[in-house]
Amino acid sequence: MTSEEEPQPTERRTIEVKAISRVEGEGRLHLRVRGNVIEHVELNIYEPPRFFESFLRGRQIHEVPDITARICGICPVAYQMSSCHALEKALGINVSPEIRLLRRLLYCGEWIESHVLHIYLLHAPDFLGYESGISMAVDHREKVERGLELKKIGNDLLEVLGGRAIHPVNITVGGFYRAPSVRDLKALLPRLEWGLQAALETVHWVSKFEFPDFTWDYDLVSLHHEDEYPLNEGQVASSSGAMIPIEDYENHFQERHVEHSTALYSVKAPDNHFYLTGPLARLNNCHDKLSPICLKVFDQTGLTLPLRNNFQSIVARALEVVYAFDEAIRIVKAYQVEVVPSRTPFELRPGEGCHATEAPRGLLYHRYRIGEDHLIAEAKIVPPTSQNQGQIESDLRSYLPQLLSLESEEIAEKSEHLIRNYDPCISCATHFLKMTIDWNSDSAK
Amino acid sequence: MVNKTKLAVFKFASCDGCQLSLLDCEDELLSVADAVDIAYFLEARSRRVEGPYDVGLVEGSITTPGDVGRIQEVRRACKYLVTIGACATAGGIQALRNWANVDDFFRHVYAHPEFISTLNTSTPISDHVAVDFELRGCPISKHQLIELLTALVHHKKPTTPTHSVCVECKKRGTVCVAVAQGIACLGPLTQAGCGDLHTGRGAICPACNRECFGCFGPQDQVNGASLTKFYQQKGIPRQTLVQLTRNFSGYAPEFRQTSDSLEEQEESP
Repeated sequence: MTSEEEPQPTERRTIEVKAISRVEGEGRLHLRVRGNVIEHVELNIYEPPRFFESFLRGRQIHEVPDITARICGICPVAYQMSSCHALEKALGINVSPEIRLLRRLLYCGEWIESHVLHIYLLHAPDFLGYESGISMAVDHREKVERGLELKKIGNDLLEVLGGRAIHPVNITVGGFYRAPSVRDLKALLPRLEWGLQAALETVHWVSKFEFPDFTWDYDLVSLHHEDEYPLNEGQVASSSGAMIPIEDYENHFQERHVEHSTALYSVKAPDNHFYLTGPLARLNNCHDKLSPICLKVFDQTGLTLPLRNNFQSIVARALEVVYAFDEAIRIVKAYQVEVVPSRTPFELRPGEGCHATEAPRGLLYHRYRIGEDHLIAEAKIVPPTSQNQGQIESDLRSYLPQLLSLESEEIAEKSEHLIRNYDPCISCATHFLKMTIDWNSDSAK
Repeated sequence: MVNKTKLAVFKFASCDGCQLSLLDCEDELLSVADAVDIAYFLEARSRRVEGPYDVGLVEGSITTPGDVGRIQEVRRACKYLVTIGACATAGGIQALRNWANVDDFFRHVYAHPEFISTLNTSTPISDHVAVDFELRGCPISKHQLIELLTALVHHKKPTTPTHSVCVECKKRGTVCVAVAQGIACLGPLTQAGCGDLHTGRGAICPACNRECFGCFGPQDQVNGASLTKFYQQKGIPRQTLVQLTRNFSGYAPEFRQTSDSLEEQEESP
């Protein structure tokens, strides 16, 4: 892009797009451009603060997974899982291998439901030129119906295991209130098998989309587990080389409070740089742990790792849907007898524990301190979107120069598209995302 | 097709779970989109059709000075205003601040409270504007949402239950967790609606062998004092009961009164 090709508006323009859509929650983006210089990029999340970390204090242990689920209606399981694991560490609870597997299965349900929602209804319309999945259905009805059916299977899995798809009720510290019946789980198998095939077709579909030319040398951060693709467990891996036990997380990642956002920003030590979490990070860091069927279909796409174009996160997401179906089938087939006990017994005691799991949109860290009164004394929650927020702004700064010849409305649209790569969950972090562009080229050069 | 019902979905302080319930109507979503003009729904569409709207679904509670003004605009733009979920109908879990010192809450979460603009309270939509109908739940039931949309399209009053969760336990054949296991359960006070009542799979928490914790808020006829007295006689600590009632619908008047009475009781000799 050269400045000669750009429009040269002679007066200052302020363009306002009311809100960034097709994201969970709301916020505002403010861009200021002077000629071809990007002066200011500000992602302003002003979802009203809801103070979860404050009102968790004084609550009983078993209430925590029910309450933290309410941070996000799209990925409640992630909040429940990080809570349960962190509290179990504080209480010295080791769950049985069977409970561990059922939790993995529960997380597969959430990955399917959340990823498919994002792929089919929120993100694919950007690539195909529609304003929503609903309008995309006019021309691509079969595709959208396939997506809805896939999503439904994820939700049904959540219902069987969790009692409810949004804010599951069957999840507790130590395991489950009631183990799912073998019959109910096995009944899902034919649909899971159908889902696996439909998920493979999804990978082929999205990998043929036209991706904007934008690669970046991200510091990719995800969990990494020795034996399996990470869901509930692992160490914190970074593509810059670090392998950090979860207990050391707060020594390497810090939250900062900036004036323009109710969401806190995370940065990584030692140089306080931004980093990327989510499907692209997991895929790059942990691809060797994917199942053969995932690797085969990825191979067929013709794409190669490392994948450093975040617009291709939709492919990573689709691949993870394949993985989730494949893993779910494996676990359901192995489930022969109802788990007894479904909840590991434990004694309350004071203590402290932290844990991170892989929410669909990235690493989710929780830490709790249990007081002498056996109630929650302190809670700290670092959601994935606040970890990605700095990187989103950084991406916009890098991506915007190639858009400057476009009309402002198009710049806004393409910026929204870039933001959607992250599947940001603004509710998690924090509301009204309003995009304004101040365009002032008067004094350019 | 003429004069399709023009629907808008608005969000205030919430988790997005109740709006998501619309997208979770996988079998019905495309039919709903055929039958109703989804004119404004930020979570799902970039297209925004200006009001006025026939129906506005409002998720979330009022927690900022800006929201107090915005809900008035939303009300003016909508012929019928329906609140969806515990946040919009009772203030939500974030209404726990209503019993606390919000300055303390700030200091625990934010390094710079001066950057944040918020109210000391989280209040339901009906505290600010007239509401035509409310769907309870944390989250709402998609079955009730479909019932509501169908009723609106056909200009009928939606049918939603006003009886207690206990009735659903009996229908489902769930053994009472309160009577059989001595678990403090809010079922007798709570409105039915969770799960799928049409297939007899309601009262989802007791079916999972645990207590109902009041997601759907108070039912029509509530005697919180009697129930909590019963649990106290069984040895359940008052503070446990205060927290059980101060939950996702804790700021609904009947639940609020129950938990406040319990607390006052603790202060007396």
